[in-house]
Amino acid sequence: MKIAWAIVRRDLVLAYRQGGGIGTAIGFFLVVVTLLPLGLGPDIALLSRIAPGALWIALLLSVLLSVDRVLQPDHEDGSLEQMLLAPMPLELTVICKSFAHWLTTGVPLALTAPLFGLLLNLAPEAALPLILSTLIGSPALSFLGVLGASLTLDIRRGGLLISLLILPLYVPVLIFGVSASSSSGAGLTLLGPSLLILLALSLAALVLCPLAAAAAIRAHYR
Amino acid sequence: MYKFANPTLFMRYSRAVLPWTAAACAAALAYGLYLALFKAPADYQQGETVRIMFVHVPAAWMALGVYSVIALASAVALIFRHPLADVAAKSAGPIGACFTFLALVTGSLWGKPMWGAWWVWDARLTSVLVLFLLYLGYIAVWQTVEDVHKAARIAAIVALVGFVNVPIIKFSVEWWNSLHQPASVFRADGPAIHASILTPLLVMGLAYGLLFLTLHLLAMRAEVLRRRVRALHLARLEA
Amino acid sequence: MNGDGTMAQPLRLVAEGLVCERGGRRVFEGVDFAVASRESLLLTGPNGTGKTSLLRIVASLIAPAGGSLRLDGADDALTIGQRCHYVGHANAIKTALSVEENIAFWGAFMGAAPAGGALDAFGLAPHAGVPAGLLSAGQRRRLALSRLAAVARPLWLLDEPTVGLDTASQAALVDLMSAHVAVGGMIIATSHVDIGFSFNHSLKLGGERAP
Repeated sequence: MKIAWAIVRRDLVLAYRQGGGIGTAIGFFLVVVTLLPLGLGPDIALLSRIAPGALWIALLLSVLLSVDRVLQPDHEDGSLEQMLLAPMPLELTVICKSFAHWLTTGVPLALTAPLFGLLLNLAPEAALPLILSTLIGSPALSFLGVLGASLTLDIRRGGLLISLLILPLYVPVLIFGVSASSSSGAGLTLLGPSLLILLALSLAALVLCPLAAAAAIRAHYR
Repeated sequence: MYKFANPTLFMRYSRAVLPWTAAACAAALAYGLYLALFKAPADYQQGETVRIMFVHVPAAWMALGVYSVIALASAVALIFRHPLADVAAKSAGPIGACFTFLALVTGSLWGKPMWGAWWVWDARLTSVLVLFLLYLGYIAVWQTVEDVHKAARIAAIVALVGFVNVPIIKFSVEWWNSLHQPASVFRADGPAIHASILTPLLVMGLAYGLLFLTLHLLAMRAEVLRRRVRALHLARLEA
Repeated sequence: MNGDGTMAQPLRLVAEGLVCERGGRRVFEGVDFAVASRESLLLTGPNGTGKTSLLRIVASLIAPAGGSLRLDGADDALTIGQRCHYVGHANAIKTALSVEENIAFWGAFMGAAPAGGALDAFGLAPHAGVPAGLLSAGQRRRLALSRLAAVARPLWLLDEPTVGLDTASQAALVDLMSAHVAVGGMIIATSHVDIGFSFNHSLKLGGERAP
């Protein structure tokens, strides 16, 4: 447990001190949200209708593009091979690193999403469902993203490849995320079936992705 | 001129000047807010909400003004390699971003009673938002590139590229906006303004300018000190 | 292994007929050696004969294409990888963390009570608060080697440990290695230059290859 905390804390400190961390992800999120109306036109009614979907897509992209800082720097400076020698199983290390990534990307993005929702004229009563669904769904995005990062560990400029590999896996999260943030906005119960499915997706990703990611990392070293 | 680019002299002079700029800023801000909140007449259409303008419009001026300062300092840093120029550019970044953010927030607050929505893709607001994004990118470069000298050069290029693009972005956003809706609502700073509105606006503009000057000097001093600490670390490591 | 450097169980690392293939090329085959507690082994040989690969095989960072590797005398479930320090070409240092934070992290992560004096081993204690990004190449190497003092592990795998080190730091490394062997540790190292440490065994890779 102490070991797990050590690695989570290290990744949090690194994300805070080094650029390309929390602020950049939020900035990227804002850029995507800004570009949408410029492409679609400033029709408030239209924007309001597409707001949950647009915010979710912006969230997917922000998480995905920030995910290569989870493993790549550690791979390059030799930290990752030291982690293979630690008493903690690599699977747990991956869970900790994914969790730290969620804390520094998913959580801040989920909390700012309603703020950016204002730009898209998101209905005020939809803010809470949006926060809830993005908070519950974004762990799945982080875990799947770290899996993508582990698969492309040795590949220079693997960003595009990560997107190609992982974005299709984001489809269920996107579908139920948008459903959870818009259906409960229409006055339905907050803990609707979509939100529960989203939770299930995150939990499944928590269990399965680290197994696959650890196997992929070991495969790169073998 | 080159004399003032010497960090030691800068530290001495800035320390002498700072209390005066801070005092002048406080005085101008107090007077400006008094004029804006009590003296200026309420608008016959917009009512009391028009007073937001006195906070909003100077912030928008500063958003653009500070970016120009960054671009100018970056150009000086690139061409003359003055030791203080990139300090000036770097420390202006977050301050300018704050002014821009203030302009966006007050614009949004103003928009709520005007349009019934927190945000409308009005040409001016959209331009300011894009400017804010340029600021974020500029700050991110400073944070991401570890080597200070390399960061200074790259950030300077980013700032200049952004500066050249600002008018182009502004033009294209206005063209985009004219496709969808008629002229902007933000007409308050147009040519025909009554003196009862113009005076507080100008005083507030002056106060914002002094505020920037004060904060910028403080931030530059902090940056100079930060670099000295770094140099001391390095000197000790080599010993 | 209980943190204070005493390694109660006498261990013996035995390699038999190790084969290494990298990128489809057979780097070496039929490598046998044995290292027991209080012993040390120097790997020699020209470039490309697999010295680094052999160390990484022992650390279980890469799998051998054949042969076996076992650790006799161990009575708990730890793997060889979890019992060794591997100091490779990469220093595993985070430039955004301070010298102290770097070593404290590896201390905590490798699962030992962080030893306070780890930074003293290579004279980095006065620079504990300095961001590691400011360190020179040699100082980074010293920081990486300080891990050896921060966490007690019986088997040390050192790949060209003296690269970039000044003479004082080389002497400090030799002191540390001697102390480690004296309390029952094992060392396998590669080096092109004479470190100044007297190894019990040496193994030459390449050169005489089986016909």
